[in-house]
Order: sequence, then structure tokens, then C-alpha cells
Amino acid sequence: MAMVMRVDVVSLEASIFSGEAEMVFAPAERGEVGIAPRHAPFLTRLKPGELRIQMPGETLSFFISGGILEVQPHQVTVLTNTTIRTDAIDEARMLEAKQAAEATLAMNPGAIDVARAEAELLEMSEKLRVLERARKRGQLK
Amino acid sequence: MAGTKEIRTQIRSVQSNQKITRAMEMVAASKVRRVQARMQASRPYVDRMRRVIGHLAVVHPEFRHPFLLPREQVRGVGFLVIGTDRGLCGGLNINLLRAVWNEARPLEKGGIAVRFAALGQKAVTGLHRLNAELVATATHLGDRPGSEVIVGPLHALLEDYRVGRIDRLVVAYNYFLNTMTQKPTLETLLPLPEKKDPELFDHWDYLYEPDSVDLLDTVLMRYLEAETYQALLENIASEQAARMVAMRNASDNAGTLIDTLKLAYNKARQASITQEIAEIVGGAAAV
Repeated sequence: MAMVMRVDVVSLEASIFSGEAEMVFAPAERGEVGIAPRHAPFLTRLKPGELRIQMPGETLSFFISGGILEVQPHQVTVLTNTTIRTDAIDEARMLEAKQAAEATLAMNPGAIDVARAEAELLEMSEKLRVLERARKRGQLK
Repeated sequence: MAGTKEIRTQIRSVQSNQKITRAMEMVAASKVRRVQARMQASRPYVDRMRRVIGHLAVVHPEFRHPFLLPREQVRGVGFLVIGTDRGLCGGLNINLLRAVWNEARPLEKGGIAVRFAALGQKAVTGLHRLNAELVATATHLGDRPGSEVIVGPLHALLEDYRVGRIDRLVVAYNYFLNTMTQKPTLETLLPLPEKKDPELFDHWDYLYEPDSVDLLDTVLMRYLEAETYQALLENIASEQAARMVAMRNASDNAGTLIDTLKLAYNKARQASITQEIAEIVGGAAAV
């Protein structure tokens, strides 16, 4: 039997995933990390990107907007701000939001709006990238 | 007919009051379910967060964050009091303030500085009445506050903690037990309560990415914000539940009041009719 570890993904709004997995890939601040069972204790911040949970026979893909990753040898905890199943991302709406953010950036030199729009833009482009990659892997139509 | 008219207007005014309280009861009842769901949805996040923090409290890093260090001497205590914005919710705010005061008073007498921050209009006015020193307030939160509303008061007290004006941080709110009971609760946020997890062997440390100083700050801030936000959600659920119960009691009271008034009205009416008849009969006899 393959080694597994417990994985919990929770966001402020709900518990997203709880179960056993063989491998977890997460977008850490210093680049993507892959966590296998019996990994050393590890703590890091996450940036917007794709979280993949590899289970026997199935791989789940989520988009997360950032958060915290805690790793214990047999327990992985992902605390996220917001999480969406990748197949639930609405591409048209993402593109729209991305354009709106870009427009704000182009128009408005006000500092607060720019920071917010930049963050939004980053999130949207990440979301689209995650979607693109999932499509390439053939997980989506 | 003396008296009947007065009684009638009185009945009418009680009836219109009852209409209002009944409407408020129904509004609160529908809100309770919604806010309760929201409160329960974010509980797992806080639970996990607590576990991570519990691990952090037992590790032995080369760098110790100021929030993780226990302080030997307590010279000041900060209270973050979470109240409601509106009244008409029974003794919810009063009970909470009393619990806070019972805790703060002995400290103050013992020469320990107490500082307060308040969320919600009723907590602000209540603390003002107690002549408490308020360092920060936030009011008009609404029914669905975002997590940003807690930032002001929380950070003001955290700043106090950093510079050493306070050595303990307590958050006070009404814990939602069920619709009928809400418990005023004081919870110590800082210093982090020491919990030993027996499963964890001593002398290990995390690998941190990027570095422990920066990261610990993020994690601890996130934790404190999550705890405070959860307390706020609990308090909002408590508020709606308490209001529902208070309004139900008010409607019931109005009902019994109307019944006794109606009885008095009927008696007065009958008495006046009897008297009129007696007068007519007396008049006829005289002729």
C-alpha cells in the first residue's frame, strides 16, 4: 500500500477538503513545493496559484488566493483565504475582472486603488494560468 | 362611559407595540439561522489555526517572536470588548460588560493598568459609562461584517502589547451556546496559552520559508485576526438569538397585558350600561 498522509484544506468560509493523499503540490512563496508523506515539519506562506492534491487514482486541483501551509510528517494543513475548485473557475468572468483591474491600473495613479488592482490582477492572471495548465493536462474539456 | 375610552386607547397602543415586537422577533429569527451558519462555517479554519499555533508554541526555534514569549510580570491588561451595535437584545451587552468589569476591577485596584478597545456601539457607550480608557473603537458593523472591521481595535491593542503597555490581551464576547443561551466569555489571546501536545516530541523546529522572523509574524497575525473575527461572528449570532428571545417575551407580555385590559374594559362597559338602565328606571319611577 502506498504511503499516505492526512490533508486538510480550510478557508475562512468553509472546510474545502479533508482526506488522505499521496502527494500535495502547493504554490509556496519561494516557488512550488511538492510534499510527500513523512516530509520534515515545514511552514510557509502561500501565494496565489494552484494547489494539487494527488490521491490514488485521482488528482484534485484547486485555485487558492494565498494562505499558509503547515506540514507535519503525516499531516498537511492548508489555511487559505479563498479557494475554488479549478473546474469551477468561470473563465469569462476572470477575463472581465482582469481587464477591469488592468483598466484601473492604467487610469488611476491613486496609491490605494493601484495596490488593490495590482493584487487583483495578479490573482486573476494566476487563476487563468492554473486553468490553462489544468486544460493542458487534460483534466478539463 | 368614563374610563372605557381611556382603556380602549391603551389597548390599541399595546396592540401596536405587540405588532412591532412580533415583527422584530421574526426578523431576528430569520437572521439567526443565517449568522449561525456563517459562524459554523469558519470554525474549522480557526480550529486548524489553533493547532498550528499550538505546534508553534512547543517548538524551539532560534528566534522567538515577542508574542510567543511568556511575560513574567503583568503590569497592564488589554481588553477587546465585542458588543452589539443595537439594543433590544435582552441583557446581552450588560452581562458581558459586567463580566469584563468583574475581571478588570480587581486588576485596577491591584495597580495594574487596564486598557480597552471596543467593537460595537453598545460596548463603546457601556465602557464610557464605566469611565474606562478606550484606545480604539469600531462601530456600525452591520450584520455581515468583513474581517477588516476588527483590524483597527485589534492592532491598537497589539501595538500596546508590543511596546509593553499591556502584558496580557483578553477578548470578551458572547459565546453562542444555543438559541436560548449565550455565555459572556473572556478569552486570553496573548500570551499564547501554553498547551503541550503529547504527540509531539521535544526539540524540533520547522523549516521556514522564507525566514522565521517574517513568517512567524504573518502566521501569528493571521491567527489573532481569525480568533477575533470568530469571536465577532459568535457575538453576532448571540445578538440575533438574544433579540429573538427578548422580542418573543415582549410579545407574550403584550398579550397578557391586552387580556387584562380587555377584561377591565368589558367590566367598565357593563357597569356603565347597568348604571344607565338604573338611571332610566329611576327616572320613570319618579314621573
